[in-house]
Amino acid sequence: MLDKPKDAVLDREFKVVGSRPVRPDGVDKVTGRAKFGADVSAPGMLIGKVLRSPHPHARIHSIDIHAALAVPGVKAIVTRDDFAENKKHKDVLCNIMARDKALYEGHAVAAIAATTGAIARKALKLIKIDYDILPHVTDVDEAMADDAPILHDTMITRGVDPAPEKPSNVAQRFDFGHGDVEDGFAKADVIIERSFKTEAAHQGYIEPHACLASVTEDGHGELWCCTQGHYAVRDVCASLLGMEVSKLRVTASEIGGGFGGKTTVFLEPLALMMSRKTGRPIKMVMDRDEVFRASGPTASTSSWVKVGATKDGKITAASAEFRYQGGAFKGSPVQFGAMCAFACYALENVKTVGFDVVTNRPKQAAYRAPGAPMAAFAVESVIEELAIKLGIDPVEFRLKNAAAEGDTSSYGPKFPRIGLVETLEAAKAHEHYSAPLGPNQGRGIGSGYWFNFGGATSVSLNVHPDGTVALVVGTPDIGGSRASMNLMAAEELGIPYDKVNTIVADTASLGFNETSHGSRVTFASGLATIEAARNAKNECCARAAMIWEIEPDAVTWEDGCAKPAGANAGNFEPMTLADIAKIAEKTGGPISGHFEKNPAGAGASFATHMVDVEVDPDTGRVEILRFTVIQDAGKAIHPSYVEGQFQGGAVQGVGWALNEEYIYGADGKMQNPGFLDYRIPVCSDLPMIDTVIVEVPNPGHPYGVRGVGETGIVPPMAAIANAISAAAGVRMTELPMSPPKVLKAIDDANGSA
Amino acid sequence: MRYEAPDTIDQAVQMLAEADGLTRVLAGGTDVIVQLRSGMVEPDLMVDIKRIEAMHAITAEGGGFRVGAAVSGAQLGEHEGVKALWPGVVEAVELIGSTQVQGRATMAGNLCNASPAADSVPALVVAEAVASIVGPEGRRDVPVDEITTGPGKTTLAKGEIVESILLPARPANSGDAYLRFIPRTEMDIAVVGAGISLTLNDDGTCAAARVALGAVAEVVLLVEPAADALIGSRLDEAALDALAAAASAACRPIDDKRGTIEFRTKVAGVLARRAAVIAQTRARG
Repeated sequence: MLDKPKDAVLDREFKVVGSRPVRPDGVDKVTGRAKFGADVSAPGMLIGKVLRSPHPHARIHSIDIHAALAVPGVKAIVTRDDFAENKKHKDVLCNIMARDKALYEGHAVAAIAATTGAIARKALKLIKIDYDILPHVTDVDEAMADDAPILHDTMITRGVDPAPEKPSNVAQRFDFGHGDVEDGFAKADVIIERSFKTEAAHQGYIEPHACLASVTEDGHGELWCCTQGHYAVRDVCASLLGMEVSKLRVTASEIGGGFGGKTTVFLEPLALMMSRKTGRPIKMVMDRDEVFRASGPTASTSSWVKVGATKDGKITAASAEFRYQGGAFKGSPVQFGAMCAFACYALENVKTVGFDVVTNRPKQAAYRAPGAPMAAFAVESVIEELAIKLGIDPVEFRLKNAAAEGDTSSYGPKFPRIGLVETLEAAKAHEHYSAPLGPNQGRGIGSGYWFNFGGATSVSLNVHPDGTVALVVGTPDIGGSRASMNLMAAEELGIPYDKVNTIVADTASLGFNETSHGSRVTFASGLATIEAARNAKNECCARAAMIWEIEPDAVTWEDGCAKPAGANAGNFEPMTLADIAKIAEKTGGPISGHFEKNPAGAGASFATHMVDVEVDPDTGRVEILRFTVIQDAGKAIHPSYVEGQFQGGAVQGVGWALNEEYIYGADGKMQNPGFLDYRIPVCSDLPMIDTVIVEVPNPGHPYGVRGVGETGIVPPMAAIANAISAAAGVRMTELPMSPPKVLKAIDDANGSA
Repeated sequence: MRYEAPDTIDQAVQMLAEADGLTRVLAGGTDVIVQLRSGMVEPDLMVDIKRIEAMHAITAEGGGFRVGAAVSGAQLGEHEGVKALWPGVVEAVELIGSTQVQGRATMAGNLCNASPAADSVPALVVAEAVASIVGPEGRRDVPVDEITTGPGKTTLAKGEIVESILLPARPANSGDAYLRFIPRTEMDIAVVGAGISLTLNDDGTCAAARVALGAVAEVVLLVEPAADALIGSRLDEAALDALAAAASAACRPIDDKRGTIEFRTKVAGVLARRAAVIAQTRARG
């Protein structure tokens, strides 16, 4: 085992951190008071609706809006002609409003603002578009073929030397690894090599995209929207509309799920543009089918994995190729997939190659550990199969090869302190691991990795005259972070949890805050909160020193009070935060703490999942019987919400593994743009997801926090595939592992039709 | 769109008969309102039949039960008499939607929506249920398997409304069952459905049987060769194999987003087999 870190974070006695108080936003959410994207209105408001391309790939010759504009009640129409070219956000602009071509079914081609939604809808039908229909491609392998229809005439594959002369649908090639894999495979006693495919999954947030925009005649804009990052929305929208950043104020609504999918703009620039044209507020809300057809699912993928090991269970080489299509624009998360693929293992010889591919599908958006789950499905399936072939317990096999502090990761950097080994040890020791199984039941294991992220962060902490505290953050709360921020501020100041009230401020109130993504909020906003609280404490000590007429460094903060630092400092009654705040006016004015940083040191989080399934051999239906998530949280600030993140990741993984998929017809159109046929798991599909929080502190955070939001979706697909293999004797290599596919695999294995 | 909610069936029939354009009858609305909101239909007249008192009644009749067209799934599921006599029909109706949907959805609406995957229809077909239809020309009684002719299509004439469905009396030693396959556990549409009703002789052999399959053709199929496989047998393995084979052989499904031809064909046999065993257990009492 590794030595404990020098700062011995876990040895610290926390007073409120680690407790489980009720979240401050809970009452509003369960009583319906919470204001989500579609819950606000404004006087004189118009309703905006979008016309979308019915074709997956078509050149747009002309757009005739005259008839639509003549409909009584229609106040404005915007098309591509309303937006100037924008080099910085070229793809975003082209995605929110098609330029010369419609690149996928559902691609926005015009938007209408009218006095009612019904009028807008009626008028949409009167817009005449002259399309020249082009051949389309939606499958990643087909898109890479030589004869594939080309989406962008200017796309020359990057990362290839020499650069290709002809355009293709491959935007970029990525290479990672070290050592010599051929040499490594030569030393292997057993090699497993397989190909895999995964279908696109949507983030599946219940709240559709919605916004309310208002632009005044003198060019000031206000925007209310459901987003994970209102600063990013502000910057992109200001750029697309040619506004100064200071003239656009964006407020983030409560959010009904994002999971990475609400980190970009869709409706917002259209609403702002129509408001600018009409001088009236514009409200826009997507229908569910628009969410599916036009907002980002994750990438669909095709991959190949080869791993070799010696008889005694040491991996000698690992190699993989990943092909991810990210919709009509570059930027699939294949790079992350290729980086995370073998991150769980300490390898001498490893090589991964990634291809970022474009197809006639909606532009992908981030989805919880973007890119990693598909790679882990492939790699962890092969790892389990290899362990079984070697006759080594799958957890033991992973332990023999697990990455630990000081190991060079498969994508380059050396790992600092990490907790993979601890999750595997916890799995082995868990009662679940040795629980008996019945007929047609099987157990599978999967491990997973996600980097986690820091990012620009700005926080203010205001001490009120009564000693309560307003904490002002700029990261939308997508997973209970206000509760965690309250806890960290309360811990640092030595006051009760309910004396702190955290708000998510608008874009004018704080410096730039990176979007709530990359599992960064509890880490980065948490770190900034702690530092802001420390600044406020220092100021409080200075005020006490002033009152006591002693040196500021002769005052210390303990148990929520300023106290003389020692006997020599003098004999004064300790002053509480409230005591100091009450007379702050007389000692120099209000007391605040601020902190701004772009913190490095976001500790990676590893997880190991264990799942039991039962497979109906006659129908191929898979039932999840038991699921245990074991993950390193560094330090769990609010354990209930850490567990909630673990469970949420596992459940979304179950959906992706078993039934969620984008189904395309030969016509290139999505056939299941609704929750009836895009099947996310319902409650009765799932057992209670058990959780084990492992705490290997992150040296990069004052309390040891690691982000926990994303890693939980990385292992489930492989763990479930491995469990199906154990239960039914078939190795599933395509997601989703839906009943028709599982039944066919079983029947093929039995040699019957 | 005009919305009307008359108090009597005669008024409702008159409104529908006199209307120009597209009309829809609204019972629970769990199909019609969804279709309306998604833009699939834009009716000119919608006639809500829930204000018609008699439509809400479940009444005993000739040893069976007459179920009004506005009776919700939840109401039917709480009726001890119907549950005891036709448990397969009740379990089929209760599979529709969710708890919330059950408070609205109706058996007659499920029939008249004419989906080949409608859960209640295979169970009604094997029960030899009879729809009582009221129209401008008066009243007529029609076996349920003569109501639908294809997806969204029925034999109902302009102005006609299904007022009630009669679940008939049945001999002693009878049982029925309905099973459907969905990838999830609820909130889904049948990929395959199988309804079976049978009557046993005193010696335990099968005296009579009816087998119907859903979602494997353009309409619910009554599969006589599958029933013949059971009749005379004790539902031993050979008979059940023959039932499954006959059920699969009758299928003429499509490949679509919900399932493949191969999958539906095989699973139809699997479900028929499992439903037969449940029906047999119920018939034994």
